[in-house]
Amino acid sequence: MAADESPLREAEVANFMLGNGMEVVVIPDHRAPIVTQMIWYKVGNADEPPGKSGIAHFLEHLMFKGTKKHPSGEFSAKIAEIGGEENAFTGSDYTAYHQTVTPESLRTMMEFEADRMRHLVLTDAVIVPERDVILEERRWRVENDPEQLLEEEMQATLYQNHPYRIPTIGWMHEMEQLNREDALKFYDRYYAPNNAILVVAGDVDAGRVRQLADETFGTLPRGPDLPARVRPQEPEQNTKRIVALTDPRVTVPSFQKSWVTTSYGTAEQGEAEALDILSEILGGGTRSRIYQELVVKQAIASSGGAYFNGRSLDPSSFTVFGSPRGEAKIEEVEDAIDAEIRKIIEFGITDVELEKAKNRFVRSIIFARDSQSGMAGIYGAALATGDTAHDVEAWPLRIRAVKAAEVQAAARKYLSPDRSVAGYLLPRESATSGDKSR
Amino acid sequence: MISFSRLRIGAKPSLVVACILLGLAACPALAGMAIEEVETSSGIKAWLVQDYSLPIVTTRFAFRGGRTQDPSGKEGIVNLITELLDEGAGNLDSDAFQERLDDAGAEMLFEAGPDAVYGNMRVLAERKDEAFQLLRLAIEQPRFDQQPVDRLRAQIVSSILARAKDPETAAQFAWMRAIYGDHPYSRREEGTVQTLAAVTTSDLKAVHERIFARGNLTIAVVGAIDPGTLKRDLDRIFGGLPAGPSLTPVVDAVPKLGRAIRVAYDLPQAQLSLAYPGIPRKDPQFFAANLMNQILGGGAFTSRLWNEVREKRGLAYGIYSTLENIDHASALVIGTGTRPDRAAETLSLIQAEVRRMSEEGVSEDELTAAKKKLIGGYAIENLNSSSAVAQTLVQIQLEDRGIEYVERRKQLIQAVTVEDVRAVAKRLLSADPTVMTVGPSLKGTNR
Repeated sequence: MAADESPLREAEVANFMLGNGMEVVVIPDHRAPIVTQMIWYKVGNADEPPGKSGIAHFLEHLMFKGTKKHPSGEFSAKIAEIGGEENAFTGSDYTAYHQTVTPESLRTMMEFEADRMRHLVLTDAVIVPERDVILEERRWRVENDPEQLLEEEMQATLYQNHPYRIPTIGWMHEMEQLNREDALKFYDRYYAPNNAILVVAGDVDAGRVRQLADETFGTLPRGPDLPARVRPQEPEQNTKRIVALTDPRVTVPSFQKSWVTTSYGTAEQGEAEALDILSEILGGGTRSRIYQELVVKQAIASSGGAYFNGRSLDPSSFTVFGSPRGEAKIEEVEDAIDAEIRKIIEFGITDVELEKAKNRFVRSIIFARDSQSGMAGIYGAALATGDTAHDVEAWPLRIRAVKAAEVQAAARKYLSPDRSVAGYLLPRESATSGDKSR
Repeated sequence: MISFSRLRIGAKPSLVVACILLGLAACPALAGMAIEEVETSSGIKAWLVQDYSLPIVTTRFAFRGGRTQDPSGKEGIVNLITELLDEGAGNLDSDAFQERLDDAGAEMLFEAGPDAVYGNMRVLAERKDEAFQLLRLAIEQPRFDQQPVDRLRAQIVSSILARAKDPETAAQFAWMRAIYGDHPYSRREEGTVQTLAAVTTSDLKAVHERIFARGNLTIAVVGAIDPGTLKRDLDRIFGGLPAGPSLTPVVDAVPKLGRAIRVAYDLPQAQLSLAYPGIPRKDPQFFAANLMNQILGGGAFTSRLWNEVREKRGLAYGIYSTLENIDHASALVIGTGTRPDRAAETLSLIQAEVRRMSEEGVSEDELTAAKKKLIGGYAIENLNSSSAVAQTLVQIQLEDRGIEYVERRKQLIQAVTVEDVRAVAKRLLSADPTVMTVGPSLKGTNR
């Protein structure tokens, strides 16, 4: 499968720095006359001051409220007018803004982004209704959905000290208090060229992007150097914790279990790659051990799997999940998943399994290459969490280098039943149909 | 890490599950992309876009006759068939088939739409022969072995049961019943516990034979493949299918309007949906309606509804209007979610904006901006990956619009006048809508 590794190299990704410390990545892709610009700020919800949960995400919303030069709505109207697409998102480690437009509009997009990086105007007239919008967003995303409520509680239990325990959207009672001063303080501190990464993917070449970036972002002054992103770290975890949510909207129970693990941002060489392969083999799809054993052979689960998201600056998490089928009980599903984990810890994996998992994983990276914005996202997330462009290019090779013994060692080291968080989403018969959900 | 987005564009599935969102009907230029029609000696046609920049071949196809072909009492069968096509075919049982597919480095996906069954294969170019051989088997000779049938049926039943008390699911069914009455579009797409239990292997085979034929097949291929090779491959994959399908005719559905539906749940956020008359794709006023919808609530962050409900008042996280089009029905649907104590206010704001649109139409400036968005947005929405291109090309063929449609469409949009928009706004929006509220009862209204 030598061809597997080539597409990333063929992309001829360019990576350079502007004079003011802003990092730039260019991923040429000439298949269609479109280009995606993404600006990643190296700040997210885990960088928020105590008591101000949700401020990173609130500021993301407020970044659309305009500047002196371009009043509120002008940027969006401009993008709509040229038929472009735009959006933005916030995570624990980053906040990103992106537009997809035709190449001739790239300069305009850069001008707008550069302008709002330093010149945002915030008044209470925009703060108040926008705060109502994020409260509605929380009601829609979390409060209206028992699965999301459980997810939030699991995260808050899994991390005992690290701010990854705090939901990105924020806790309701703290969101309600967020104000203009909080937003400006956060903006002034973190929104500067030397804390930002520009990723441009599409029908452009690196020379052109460098020129445009120099003329737009490059004219902004460098901000003060930020201290290293040192967040409170996890203490040694020594307990098995259980989080259960019963809700009248739930009819079929479901189970999940999570562990704190290393990540690409923190790992010793090769450990994050081994966890990626472990999640693939244990529960990465219909060929995985959990699916084959629980869903196909034992027929006790209607679904089951595992996932690992290694793209974080600090320790990440590994999760397994399953839902019972027919008469089976949730305990049977949990026991069977535990058994699959135990088998890997005790007996390891086979070479054939390893090879197939690698093929699947590397193939998914190639298929991801097919989406311009997807590719920009892979680079942006990696660079915002401490990896380099070179690391991303070498990713398939590093996946290829994983050994069976390393996968077993990762399972043994991280998936201990004695320090995990188990989550149960359970049905509850309500006394009245108007029963409150929690 | 889970990330949160400022904006919600279609992030929330529309409540009219039977409808495919009409993103694709808003199609301007396939700029710079050469589409060629390929026809094999046995008469199989496909649209091809050659692209050698990545070593991938993406194949997308559709067989007309989707979930509307479910026999009465066996609802859910077409969906179940699509789940089973990669679970054993020819002389390969489920496990052997999936192992071969995995070894071939291919992704295979089938799905059942209301009016067509769709298939998708993505494969590394150098491995395509083995993958295409498996695709042929899946389409032509699925086995429907008892074990995978039981497993997939149990999975679907499980997901039906899992959503039995979910307010959103309840709302979807109430909505579809209210809008479509007894038409097949009102059926639950995956069927019910009872109808699935009634399905036998011979039912699966019979429905499969009726739908999977060359006569109702539409294909698009994008990627590292030349026309000569593709012709050979098309014959190999699809050549063994019967010539003609045997489809049950479907009558047009007229959405029922003027109704009030309330789904009572104690929820922290109330959902509002409004249905107005829609417009068929082939209607001469279709593009005028499209532009009108764009200005009302389709143009995400710049629309009138967005500005009034979200930007000025912070009443909702998202609000949209959309033209829903399926082969035998159309509707204009508006949706949002808001805090229950302000839901009545939100509803009257929406209705006021609709009234303003139906009475006053749009300004010249608004129309110009909407035209630019619809024309310029095409490449971005529809050409951003091989899969998106292939999907677009299949959809254009299904809508019977011809290979030059993309250029013609641009002209059709340009030709729309402010008067055209005013006329179509009056036609669609002066109707009394069906309004659904999901959540606690709204204060200050009897809805």
